[in-house]
Amino acid sequence: MALPLSYSLRNLWTRKLTTLLTAGGMALVVFVFAAVLMLEAGLNHTLVDTGNVENVIAIRKGAGAEIQSGILRPAAGLIESQPQVETGPDGAPLSSKETVVLISLQKRSDDKPSNVTARGVGMLAFNLRPQIRIAAGRVFRPGSHELVVGKSIASKFQGAGLGEVIHFAGGNWNVVGIIDSDGSGFDSEIWGDAEQLMPAFRRQSVFSSMVVKLADPSTFDAFKHAIESDPRLTVEVKRERQFYADQSEAMATFIRVLGMTLTAIFSIGAIIGAMITMYSAVANRTGEIGTLRALGFRRSAVMGAFLVESLLQALVGGIIGLFMASFMQLVTVSTMNFQSFAELAFGFTMTPGIIIKTLLFSLLMGLIGGFMPAARAAGMNIVTALRSV
Amino acid sequence: MSDGNGAAPPLVRLHDITKSYKRGAQIVPVLSGISFDIGAGEFLALMGPSGSGKSTLLNLIAGIDQPDSGELLVDGVNIGALSEVELADWRAGNVGFIFQFYNLMPVLTAFENVELPLLLASLSRAERRDHVEAVLELVGLQDRAEHYPNELSGGQQQRVAIARALVSDPNLIVADEPTGDLDRESAEDILKLMQTLNRELHKTIILVTHDARAAAHAHAIMHLEKGELSAREEVTGH
Repeated sequence: MALPLSYSLRNLWTRKLTTLLTAGGMALVVFVFAAVLMLEAGLNHTLVDTGNVENVIAIRKGAGAEIQSGILRPAAGLIESQPQVETGPDGAPLSSKETVVLISLQKRSDDKPSNVTARGVGMLAFNLRPQIRIAAGRVFRPGSHELVVGKSIASKFQGAGLGEVIHFAGGNWNVVGIIDSDGSGFDSEIWGDAEQLMPAFRRQSVFSSMVVKLADPSTFDAFKHAIESDPRLTVEVKRERQFYADQSEAMATFIRVLGMTLTAIFSIGAIIGAMITMYSAVANRTGEIGTLRALGFRRSAVMGAFLVESLLQALVGGIIGLFMASFMQLVTVSTMNFQSFAELAFGFTMTPGIIIKTLLFSLLMGLIGGFMPAARAAGMNIVTALRSV
Repeated sequence: MSDGNGAAPPLVRLHDITKSYKRGAQIVPVLSGISFDIGAGEFLALMGPSGSGKSTLLNLIAGIDQPDSGELLVDGVNIGALSEVELADWRAGNVGFIFQFYNLMPVLTAFENVELPLLLASLSRAERRDHVEAVLELVGLQDRAEHYPNELSGGQQQRVAIARALVSDPNLIVADEPTGDLDRESAEDILKLMQTLNRELHKTIILVTHDARAAAHAHAIMHLEKGELSAREEVTGH
C-alpha cells in the first residue's frame, strides 16, 4: 500500500521555499521548452494556415519556392482549363495567376532594409483566400498602382501604412488597404494587380505560381496526374496547405533543433537542482523513513512517496513555466523565412498538445531528478535509519 | 517467560541467537547464544548498560533486523526465514512499535499518524476512522486528533505513538526507551498506560530501558551484559 498523497504534498509545503526555488529553476527550463514548441506551432500555424484545403498551387518543377518559379501564360491557360477546376457563375475558372517578387523596404524600427514579398494577383485571388479580409481601407483597383498591405508589414515597414506611398520598381505605389488574414503568411505580404506588377518588374509573360480551386478536393490526384504527365507542362502541383507546410520546414527544423538543444542543456541543470533538493529531503527524513519501514511499509512505498514528491515539485515548475510561456502569445516575431528569403511575421501559439508535452517534460525532469534520491531512501537499512532520529 | 506449566506455547521463542555487526573490517559480536521464551501476555523489561545488545535483541524480535544464526519464532512464525517483503507484511500485522523519540511524522496530524499502520490493512476509510478514534480515546487524546506533533507535549506525542502501536491490534508491542525523553510525571503516565494495555488488552510488551524505575512496571526483568543474558528477575507486586 502506498503512503497517502497528503504525506508528499505536506512535505513539499513544509519546505516551501526550497520547493519554490527548485520548481522555479524547472519553470525556467519549462518556459524555454514551451516557448520553442509555441514558436514552432506559431510558424506552422502561420504558414500552413496560409493554404486553403480546396486550393492547389502549381509551380515550376524543381522550384522550391514561388520566388524561384516561372509559369508561362500558355501553360497557365492549360492548367486552369482542366476539368477538375471549379468555375464561377460566369463559367470562368476559379484561378489566380500570381507573380511573386521580393522588394526591399526599410524597417520603421531601425531603418535597416529587409526583403518583403510583393504578390501580383488577380481579383479572384481574394475569392480563393476567404480568410483574407480588408481590415482598413479598400481593395486595390485593377489597372492602378495601388496596393493592399498585410497588417504585419504595415506596422513594421516605412511607407507601408494606410495612405502612405511605397517606392519600388521605378514607381510610386499607393497603399489603399490593410489586409488581415488571421495570422497567416499573407499578413507578411504586399498585394497588387498582377498586370501592373508584372510589367513593372519586366515579367510580362511569366507568372511565379498559379492557384486554382478544385470543384472536389478528392479529385486532386487526377488533377495532379493530368498536369504532371502533360509533356507541354514542366510544372509540379501541390495542395496549397502542403506547399506552405513545406515552406515552414527549414525554419521549423532550425527552431526545433536550436530550442531543443538549449532545453536539453538547461534541463540537466534543473534535474541536478531537483536531485540535490530530494537528496536533502531524504537526508533530513532518515528517521521517518526508518519508522515507516518498521511499521511495515515496503521499500516500494517509500520509493513511491519520494518519487511522488519529486514529481509534484516538477509539476509545480511545469505549471509556473507554462503560465509564464502563455504570455509569449502576446509577442510576434518577424524574421526572414529561409525558404522564401522574405520577411515573415509569426507568433507563439499555445495548443493543448503543447500543454500536455510540456507537463510531461517537466514530470520527466522530476522523475529523473527524484529517482536516485528515492532509491536511496528505499534502500536504507531500517536499524541504521532509526538510529538517526 | 513461559509459565513453565506447559499450558500455553510462548509468544516469542529465541534459540541460540547470535548477531554481530561489521565496523570497517572488524566484526563486532553483539549477541551470542541467546535463548529464552516470552509468554503471551507477558510484560518483560530488558535492561543492561549501553552497548549490551538490548536494542539489537529488541530489533530482532520485532523483525527489523535479522539474526546471523539461531531460530527466532514469534507466534509460531520463524521470522528469521521470512523474505524482506514478507517480514514487512508480518511487522505490519503483528508488531506495534514505541520509540524513545516518538517517531511521529511531523506533517501528519495525530489522527493521520495513528492511521498509518491501518493503510497497510484492507480496511475501508470508515473502518479506519473507527479504529483510530477508539485507540485515541483509549490513550486519552480524542480531543487532540487534529493536532500536529509539534502542537503536542512529549507525553502526548508518546501517547499518539502508543495509539499507533495499538491500532492494528498486534499481539506484540516493543518499546525502546519509551520514557527516555520524558519528565518523571509523563514517564509514569506512559508506563501506567503500558501496564493497562498489558493487563486489560493482554498485549505482550517488551520494554527496553536502562531505568530501573521504568523496568519495575514489568512482570519480569532480564539483564543483558556484553551480549549475553546474565540474569532474570521476577518483579513482585504484579
